[in-house]
Amino acid sequence: MNQTIQMNKTDSDVILLRPSLGWSALNLGDIWVYRELLVFLTWRELKVRYQQTLLGASWAIIQPVMTMLVFSAIFGGIARISSDGVPYPIFSYTALLPWGLFSKALSDAGRSMVMNRNMITKIYFPRLIIPMASVLSGLVDFFVSFVVLIGMMFYYRIYPTPAIWTLPLFLILTVITALGVGLWLSALNVLYRDVGHVLPFLTQFWMFITPVVYPASKIPAKWQLIYALNPMTGVVEGFRWALLGTSGAPGSMIAVSSCIAILLLVGGLFYFKRMERTFADEI
Amino acid sequence: MTVAIRVENLGKQYRIGVAPDRYRTMRDNIMDIIKAPVQVLRKVKRVPLTEENSIWALHQVTFDVERGKVLGVVGRNGAGKSTLLKILSRVTEPSEGFAEIHGRVGSLLEVGTGFHPELTGRDNIYLNGAILGMKRVEIDRKFDEIVDFSGVGKFIDTVVKRYSSGMYLRLAFAVAAYLEPEILVVDEVLAVGDAEFQRKCLGKMSDVAQEGRTVLFVSHNMSAILRLTEETIVLEKGKLVYRAPTTEAVDYYLSSGLAQSGERIWLGDEIPIDAVPFRPVALRVMNPTGKIVDTIRSVEDTTIELEYILDEPIVGLRVGIYLMSGRGELVFTTFDTDPQDLYNQYGTRPAGHFRSRCRIPADVLNEGRYVIGVNASTFRMKRYFQDENSLAFSVDPSGAPGMQWTEIRLGLIRPRLEWSVDEI
Repeated sequence: MNQTIQMNKTDSDVILLRPSLGWSALNLGDIWVYRELLVFLTWRELKVRYQQTLLGASWAIIQPVMTMLVFSAIFGGIARISSDGVPYPIFSYTALLPWGLFSKALSDAGRSMVMNRNMITKIYFPRLIIPMASVLSGLVDFFVSFVVLIGMMFYYRIYPTPAIWTLPLFLILTVITALGVGLWLSALNVLYRDVGHVLPFLTQFWMFITPVVYPASKIPAKWQLIYALNPMTGVVEGFRWALLGTSGAPGSMIAVSSCIAILLLVGGLFYFKRMERTFADEI
Repeated sequence: MTVAIRVENLGKQYRIGVAPDRYRTMRDNIMDIIKAPVQVLRKVKRVPLTEENSIWALHQVTFDVERGKVLGVVGRNGAGKSTLLKILSRVTEPSEGFAEIHGRVGSLLEVGTGFHPELTGRDNIYLNGAILGMKRVEIDRKFDEIVDFSGVGKFIDTVVKRYSSGMYLRLAFAVAAYLEPEILVVDEVLAVGDAEFQRKCLGKMSDVAQEGRTVLFVSHNMSAILRLTEETIVLEKGKLVYRAPTTEAVDYYLSSGLAQSGERIWLGDEIPIDAVPFRPVALRVMNPTGKIVDTIRSVEDTTIELEYILDEPIVGLRVGIYLMSGRGELVFTTFDTDPQDLYNQYGTRPAGHFRSRCRIPADVLNEGRYVIGVNASTFRMKRYFQDENSLAFSVDPSGAPGMQWTEIRLGLIRPRLEWSVDEI
């Protein structure tokens, strides 16, 4: 009896290493086994980010607040862009929260594999953990800067709509989008360092096709669905709808954005997994 | 008997860059920019590996390791040792064949993987432990022992960028030493640190071996191999060429240096990238007439010559050799700036092509086989190049003191000493 148990245990421990061909299974269970590493790496990113800074984690607040002030002055004040009937500062800040999470995740995750090349060439662990940790560490900054939004809502006496319960869903959608794009970029960056050059331009361009400084209602109705092919459109509109109650529920827009986000993530996972086996050789 | 590691026909093919057939001109570069979009598409469609654009770093290697055995792996730089370890530790995939691993593997291809200079010693222990596959509770349990072993003591809450390089290494090794996998795969981690620390690490390694865990141990250090392993495989140009009990395998490996007949020439691909700007060219053993020889005479002077190129000036560079016995015992270490006048003259060594020569006087070496190692470094700053097994040569004892008796004279050196016998 004892023997059998022993045998079974040994059998399950066998690792077979052989050349793999084509697309491989995602094997996400591996991530669960290494969950502690994910936590540690996320924590390392956070800790290192604010190490030896005077202001520490308050940078997570200063950055979006400064951006909001500049946007309010230029786009709200000088260009007089409409803001769906809410004060421009809170209009832009609500969008800057998910946008900041997304753009930070994009640039961090995109560079993450190359930054951690040392680990990748020396030790085995599911490589997915690296871009995941980059995205997750952005989430902490998000929550910190969210506190300011709550303060602003009190100040402007804007009370959350009954749809506030959907907010976590939009946050998840942001993470899905960020991780999806981040996976593509991080895997591509291993092979082609061009990604590093494209990133600043890409995030800037992406911001202009996302309703951050202007409302989505500015886009003609017949283009709305095509506009929503950018998943960040659905996210930003969702945030404004749930928090500020601007316009009606952007239902179809969110549906389109969600589909694209999920496609990006699933595609990114498979692409990453496919490229993973040569990471250590190519990086 | 149960098998812990089974490797069959394992191979790894690497892509290598094909050198352009002529120098590139500005015009070529401009044309490239114009053609870029087409080129990009062509590049994205990756060229399959062929004999011309690739090398086999490892080819058709077959062996197995029984549970609880310690197997040594030796071979020259570029023989495929690191590739083998990388495959077995799942860092990279093989291109052919397969390997079966029965049990949890821990690999130490390097100590301190993932260490971050901005984090404290404590943080780095947890982080590095997690990277090596330890659970948080496991690290909690071993934390005090790890700190103790590292000797870092009260600096544990200091950021590691303030550590001396010795402290940093000791801490890094300490975490690794408490890793408890069923199968341990270890690369040259012992080649670093001071002698005292190396002894401590070797001690820890032999504890691991005695606990009945399976170990695959790669080293250039023959005495470490002899001490820790019972059996050893020899890799040469990606192939497994020899497997035998360690003493035999080490003999085989060292005498295979015979083929190099008194001279070792480094080819471009044998020089690690981080050696820049130091490039070793050749190492030669010469007799008093200046002839390159594999066997020198104990009773004659011997010259050891190292030829190298510096692509950039280096401040404080010292180039030297280690002399080791065939069993890996260190006989002596010497550097070209040991003499005070050369030390003053070469405070900064300019870029250029150099030849450092040293003369080993007659009546120093005993009969047997010796190995020369090469080291180019700056004191406490950087090791540019190190090869502990660059060249082997033999010493012929004819005419040496004590040849009246046919017995083998024990000892590493055979000095001609003055004796007097007085009847009192």
